[in-house]
Amino acid sequence: MCGATQGGLSVQGIDVTKEAVIQGRVLRSGEPVSGAYVRLLDSGGEFTAEVPTSATGHFRFFAGDGSWTLRTLAPGAQTDRQVFASRGNVLEVDVLLDAVAA
Amino acid sequence: MSRQEVLVDADWVAEHGSDSGVVLVEVDEDTTAYDGGHIAGAVKLDWKTDLQDPVRRDFVNSEQFEALLSERGIGNDDTVVLYGGNNNWFAAYAYWYFKLYGHDDVRLLDGGRKKWELEARELTAETVTRPATEYKAGEPDLAIRAFRDEVIASIGKDSLVDVRSPDEFAGRLLAPAHLPQEQAQRGGHVPTAINVPWSKAANDDGTFKSDDDLKDLYGSAGLDFDRDIIAYCRIGERSAHTWFVLHELLGKENVKNYDGSWTEYGSLVGVPVAVGDEPGEA
Repeated sequence: MCGATQGGLSVQGIDVTKEAVIQGRVLRSGEPVSGAYVRLLDSGGEFTAEVPTSATGHFRFFAGDGSWTLRTLAPGAQTDRQVFASRGNVLEVDVLLDAVAA
Repeated sequence: MSRQEVLVDADWVAEHGSDSGVVLVEVDEDTTAYDGGHIAGAVKLDWKTDLQDPVRRDFVNSEQFEALLSERGIGNDDTVVLYGGNNNWFAAYAYWYFKLYGHDDVRLLDGGRKKWELEARELTAETVTRPATEYKAGEPDLAIRAFRDEVIASIGKDSLVDVRSPDEFAGRLLAPAHLPQEQAQRGGHVPTAINVPWSKAANDDGTFKSDDDLKDLYGSAGLDFDRDIIAYCRIGERSAHTWFVLHELLGKENVKNYDGSWTEYGSLVGVPVAVGDEPGEA
């Protein structure tokens, strides 16, 4: 998984040896979701950062070593996903949202 | 000060956003959000290019602020409703800024842009132009702005509240995890500061918690309301959010925002710094 950047955001210009990158996409029924909000919570559940997803559904964080939770909010959906990050690695994560009934 | 005078909800904006005498203002760090779609009728303020001096690290002065608001079509008597991304961080900063220059009626849209989007409310990319005004700014109200020497003098005496995330407070991270740039030279916090992350004052959707919850939050964290309070973060925007909570929602008069914050303090030569999760000794 480490360094598996195919299909993910380019890490050009980032010194990945110094960063614990967590990045990926938010998807609903296989389609990227733009304008979802992904928040990064630390191991104590405390808010660390939040970004809206891009037009292509992408998000990225510069975290630190350890366990983190990605909490994703979108209209009609919320989901938590636990991940482990480490410096020198780029962690690629796809967050899958439930299909919306409405 | 009551909540109704400083906060509005989305229904209020839908009903009154186009009233004469009401100006909606989106404030962002990255104004591409505004350009892609904003609440109908809202003008934009760019946190960096509009509100910071282009050369020195400081605010725009009162003449620059007057020129800015006049050009955006904001009058002294207007009700200004601010909202933005990042859980209203930069909107809260602009709120504090409007108050610093003496604007009477300023409010925040509770939950900001995020709650508006999560409720799938309408955004438009239509260009907004308002007729120019002749805005008059007051003298900066330094009762709500702290400088570095006051922060150093307050160590062990007044109440310092660091509103960054626990990892930034401890020195494990130097910036919020989506902004690796703009770092100070050293990690850590001002000794004796308590850590109450700004996010504890907000719900997941970005709205502020109830007054009772907020009182409990700062009370149980050990914030002494009888002493002067200085809030800081990394660049003063998250601490403007906490300043809003303490000064505007809870009505505490003796609260200042230190906008130099950690990017200034953590780069000063010779000042005391504490690392780790505890406030540390004076």
